[in-house]
Amino acid sequence: MKLTNRSKVVSNKEQSFTERLYLPGIIKGMAITGSHLFKRRATVKYPDELRPIAAVYRGQHVLKRDENGAERCTACGLCAVACPAEAITMESAERKKGEEGLYREEKYAKTYEINMLRCIFCGLCEEACPKEAIFLTDRIVDTEYEREDFVYGKDKLVEKVDKRIDVSKRQTLEVAEFKKIPGLKHNEVWKGNKLK
Amino acid sequence: MKVTIDGIEIDVPKGTTILQAARMIGPEVAPPAMCYYSKLKTSGGYCRTCIVKVTQGSAANPNPMPKPVASCRTEVMDGMVVENYINKDIVEARKGVVEFLLMNHPLDCPVCDQAGECKLQDLGYQNGSEKTRYEFKRREYEVIDIGDKIKLHMNRCILCYRCVKTAEQITDGRVHGVIHRGDAAEISTYIENVIDNDFSGNVIDVCPVGALTDRTFRFKQRVWFTKPVDAHRNCTKCSGKTRVWLKGEEVVRVTARKDQWDEVEEFICNSCRYDHKKKSDWVIEGPSPIHRNSVISQNHYENLNELKVNLLKQQKALGFMPIDKKP
Repeated sequence: MKLTNRSKVVSNKEQSFTERLYLPGIIKGMAITGSHLFKRRATVKYPDELRPIAAVYRGQHVLKRDENGAERCTACGLCAVACPAEAITMESAERKKGEEGLYREEKYAKTYEINMLRCIFCGLCEEACPKEAIFLTDRIVDTEYEREDFVYGKDKLVEKVDKRIDVSKRQTLEVAEFKKIPGLKHNEVWKGNKLK
Repeated sequence: MKVTIDGIEIDVPKGTTILQAARMIGPEVAPPAMCYYSKLKTSGGYCRTCIVKVTQGSAANPNPMPKPVASCRTEVMDGMVVENYINKDIVEARKGVVEFLLMNHPLDCPVCDQAGECKLQDLGYQNGSEKTRYEFKRREYEVIDIGDKIKLHMNRCILCYRCVKTAEQITDGRVHGVIHRGDAAEISTYIENVIDNDFSGNVIDVCPVGALTDRTFRFKQRVWFTKPVDAHRNCTKCSGKTRVWLKGEEVVRVTARKDQWDEVEEFICNSCRYDHKKKSDWVIEGPSPIHRNSVISQNHYENLNELKVNLLKQQKALGFMPIDKKP
């Protein structure tokens, strides 16, 4: 049965003398190889040189802190319920007195894990987040040797207090507009021991 | 008595309120209610979300009522004609009511344990506006422990009085009520008296918002990550018929069963609610019916058959042929 028109009939006829020399074939092949020396290179020298990426590139997640360094995440679970790959899990805990500088709200994420092997980097978690806590960044998830190492906990996800990650480019217009409204708790910052 | 609600006529006995008559017809005409609770006497009349327009008072006196009326407190008359969702003014007025209810509400749903099964969330989503216009400081209270099992967030309270009526009617000897008046009104236990009645835990279930929450469940799980199953046990104090919320093999909380109007079917005792948090304590009957529009139905497939039937109906209406019936 003929499936396509691209099938070729193979013959086992004897090769001619020039064909048996292989030289014309080798020269033809070398010419193709040589011509690539003068063409534009398809690769970059990766760690030293980086390809340009889009401003809204979706790479490794970050859990943001607010201006005073308190974690913004309240473990509301909206990212986990929005996640189509079910990559996010979390456990919440209640903030104790005196921890106001560490956690922004009275509830916080005791553990927060993203399985980077399950994650499809769709960005629905950052869209669902009501607290501007989770964002995708332009960082690339590192390679690992073990599968369990791809389950990122809070140690890898929460940004360092002295090494903030800028996500202002990912802020949507609606959010930027919302942040201008005065009197909303979301837009307030802890000063001393009160939200102001 | 014959009454027409949103163009649908129904025969109801004397003494029925408009809200009850509407509920008899079905959820498509029933107005939402935040404070009315059919199981509690004298409840209703506070929140005003159930307002309807009476375009014809009765067959004897066909004049319309001049203002929207609270349907939970207005009894039907023979030949009464009521408009609810079909009346634009009522929809608009209800939007205003929701705005008033949300005026002092902190909107801390990401923190609140009630999120996902909160009637105020549903109400705001269905009838409210997307944005707040309120620019002033919202009233703020400290979080209070009512006994070692109940937490009171007065910030979230909408003063529906359901918990007060429950304490009055279900438990003997009320120890909590509403103190102060107007804007300063708040639920109080008379100098934070502990409610230590066997049925005091029911105030958690009747609360339409997250003002009264279970401390044994506090911040344990979001409700949509737990799986509700109907279960029962032999209880000497109550019927023992409850809804058990599972996370894996763990019982994260126990509540009373609720009907389609989000009202408790049978009140349960504190011992069932707080002290039996092992799966072996319960005889599990099966998954609880959850409305498929609820976030709790997320990733639960009890209603799979219903979904399939709906899908087939839609496909048929659009002229699709089901995949397995294709030639």
